[in-house]
Amino acid sequence: MKKSSLTLKLINAPYMIWAVLFIIAPLIMVIYYAFTDRSGAFTLDNIKALSSYGAIFGRSAWYALLATVICLFLAYPLAYIMAKSRASTQRTIMMLIMLPMWMNFLIRTYSWITILSNTGLINSLLKAVGLPTAQLINTPGAVILGMVYNFLPYMVLPIYSVMSKLDKSLVEAAQDLGAGKLQVLRKVIMPLSMPGVISGITMVFVPSVSTFYISQKLGGGKFLLIGDSIEMQFQSAYNYNLGASLSLVLMLLIIVCMLIMNRFADNEEGAMII
Amino acid sequence: MENKAVIIDLKNISISFDDQPILKDVSLEIHDGEFVTLLGPSGCGKTTTLRIIAGFLSPDSGDVIFEGKKINGVPAHKRQVNTIFQRYALFPNLNVADNIAFGLKLQKKSKSEIKKIVEEMLSLVNLKGFEKRNVSSLSGGQQQRVAIARALAVKPRVLLLDEPLGALDLKLRKDMQSELKAIQQRLGITFIYVTHDQEEALSMSDTIVVMDSGVIQQIGSPTDIYNEPQNAFVADFIGESNIVDGVMLSDYNVEFQGIRCRCVDKGFGLNEPVDVVVRPEDIDMVPPGEGMLSGDVTSVTFKGVHYEIIVDIKGFKWMIQTTEKAEVGDRIGISIKPDEIQIMKKSKYSGLYGDYSSFSEEFDELSDPNAELTDEDEVSEMGE
Amino acid sequence: MKALKKIYIALIMIFLYAPMLVMVVFSFNASNSTSVMSGFSLKWYVEMFRNATALTALRNTLVLAVTSALISIVIGTAAAVGINSMKKRWLRSAVMTVTNVPMMNPEIVTGVSMMLLFVFVGKIVSSSSVLGFPTLLIAHVTFNLPYVILSVLPKLRQTDRHLSEAAQDLGCTPASAFFKVVLPNIKSGIITGFIMAFTLSLDDFIISYFVSGAKFQTLPIVIFSMTKKKVKPDMYALSTLIFVSVLVLMILMNVLQARSEKKERKRAKGSEG
Repeated sequence: MKKSSLTLKLINAPYMIWAVLFIIAPLIMVIYYAFTDRSGAFTLDNIKALSSYGAIFGRSAWYALLATVICLFLAYPLAYIMAKSRASTQRTIMMLIMLPMWMNFLIRTYSWITILSNTGLINSLLKAVGLPTAQLINTPGAVILGMVYNFLPYMVLPIYSVMSKLDKSLVEAAQDLGAGKLQVLRKVIMPLSMPGVISGITMVFVPSVSTFYISQKLGGGKFLLIGDSIEMQFQSAYNYNLGASLSLVLMLLIIVCMLIMNRFADNEEGAMII
Repeated sequence: MENKAVIIDLKNISISFDDQPILKDVSLEIHDGEFVTLLGPSGCGKTTTLRIIAGFLSPDSGDVIFEGKKINGVPAHKRQVNTIFQRYALFPNLNVADNIAFGLKLQKKSKSEIKKIVEEMLSLVNLKGFEKRNVSSLSGGQQQRVAIARALAVKPRVLLLDEPLGALDLKLRKDMQSELKAIQQRLGITFIYVTHDQEEALSMSDTIVVMDSGVIQQIGSPTDIYNEPQNAFVADFIGESNIVDGVMLSDYNVEFQGIRCRCVDKGFGLNEPVDVVVRPEDIDMVPPGEGMLSGDVTSVTFKGVHYEIIVDIKGFKWMIQTTEKAEVGDRIGISIKPDEIQIMKKSKYSGLYGDYSSFSEEFDELSDPNAELTDEDEVSEMGE
Repeated sequence: MKALKKIYIALIMIFLYAPMLVMVVFSFNASNSTSVMSGFSLKWYVEMFRNATALTALRNTLVLAVTSALISIVIGTAAAVGINSMKKRWLRSAVMTVTNVPMMNPEIVTGVSMMLLFVFVGKIVSSSSVLGFPTLLIAHVTFNLPYVILSVLPKLRQTDRHLSEAAQDLGCTPASAFFKVVLPNIKSGIITGFIMAFTLSLDDFIISYFVSGAKFQTLPIVIFSMTKKKVKPDMYALSTLIFVSVLVLMILMNVLQARSEKKERKRAKGSEG
């Protein structure tokens, strides 16, 4: 056995080295930059500077939360309908949901400007039927819509995949014991689909809370999010140290959220992988 | 068998995983052409022993000797032993013929020779005409045969079989038992067979090695093991046994449950405490008062060939197998002939087995909320 | 109830496809507006093929996607084999936790952290800027790896652990046992991993945005800098073309898959009879 465990170590070595160099070391870099100044000396200034970002953090978390809740309410019934329909229908809907994800997300998001702008499709339509036009673009609503639009598939897929794997005999057993349709949904399907819901929530919340493109394009730069602040520090203000401390806080925020979520999920592996 | 040469010799083998000892100082001689069965419950170390012989594991200490040569460090692919795996491990990407030819191709045999041997093997296991079939389309029994053919094709000196019939249903298992035995006798190669099924072990083997918690409990022919178990574990694991506490008064004289009677064993110390074993089929049911002991019938089960009767005698539940019927609540007597009484030295297993209040310890644990679940798979796969 | 379900699905589909429809329609616009349609024309498609920046970027993107996917499946498959045979549970879960980091971390943090690493190393070796194809490649392999590992691992778990032992038992060395017996059984997982890695790499903007230099730009980065100004319909034309090719590829794959499944079912039936 000693010999074959040596080959095992060798087979693992490239990945282990890779993971240390390019997964762990970058995270250490974030911490290093967050606690140093331009000259590399230790400082807490970057952390202190965060106090002025409270509002932005709050806004990011609030928008992401709203987007996540909306996604959940849109996706759950869809996943339920999918899981109960014929296999061929399931495959078709699945493909239709996946397909937009193959399209560059910048362009897809940009297209919404055409639809929402003051002279855009919706307002033209409103004008044509004689209704007053509305300010749609450059509003918080537009930003949240952009998040929902971009990340809805991430909510549908895990919930659907858990639901489609539910043992049919569980539903039958519940009916056998006298549960009606709604009760089956509430007492059997909902609790059992929780792992899917939880991984869906993380998969929507994480990119929503950290996005920068959506808010820039659909919010007109008026509603800065935490992602925008980080992007600015790295791509225009060139204050890597402040950028690193913002990233560090974002990461911690997400870790805390995930820990809270994982308390709800017993099945960690299933939730992590999907 | 004893006159044949020793082919495999295990000398003081010990191995542990994660500081948990799996085999403790196991020594075993296996003769050429012998059908040896390693028998024991899951986790007893039988599969680990097999894997050490196959070369998938190397022992922490001790030697594996093959025909007089130490082969501890020889890797599996250079050993003249082949294995039939529990779930067959047929290669799903190859068809039946290619599975059987796998080892032959590695031996760089010519195409015509390979074809000949594959045909030979398929007829040996009665699977002629299955060459081109996909292995996943075969039934369990057929897959089993392909696995046998694949291992035998490379002409091993020793064939290792790891619970090969475990996945088959009862009747097919019996057929395969006799087929395996016939193949072994025809080819004259050594079989080392691992099972937890005592019936299988009794009906197929030349020699049975009973193992428990990493230690060999007894080595002997099936009749020896059945008739003269060396401790309570062996007596209980093989067949049914009533095991009561007794005292050896002197040679040929034993006392148990308050009575003295004659037996055929000797060589124990004066008044040495012993375990007394009586097989249920060796007990005769007699009217109360006429036998050696009497008690109340607590359960009667019809088993087809006989009735299985549980009798409470002074708080100890005896099992009797008899063709006569009794009713629950009857008072009956029992009588045992001296040569049906087997005396064993006390061991760490004394007192654990042999009372028929329930058949298994698991059953007692079922209603115990504090009992820890033992995961059988986990234990049996410790050897990996 | 049935109708309600259909309406619900239809509404969601409209929501998902409206912007794509807008994109396709305006790619045929006669004027250079992306909000007012003023006639049908193919000129933006012609224009697009003259846009050297976009075409170079497209080529760069494809080169990057293929290389990073290839490297990922080699390292990732080896890693999956190693992880699968790890005996110590804590080690295994530690490795899996690290593996999950690039998937769970916000992309912007992954991008930023790698950028910091490259900048830091760049400072030490004191060349002007290390950002370029190598750093992009490293970043892409890094975020591809978990997906490859997670698509190969289940296949390894389904594969009988004894297969490789059986092959060694019959005379294979451990290495040839892997290639002869294990690899054919996990092939489908590796292919899935490759396709996932390829598409992820093709589509990635956020991470690439932070680790790319001026020398080597991918299509998403070019698109990003173009959407900073007013977008002309040639970007829509390009995206439409990419979308159509992806669509064709997907349909083709689905058809092929359905066909092979049918064949397999037929074969299974045939061998039963």
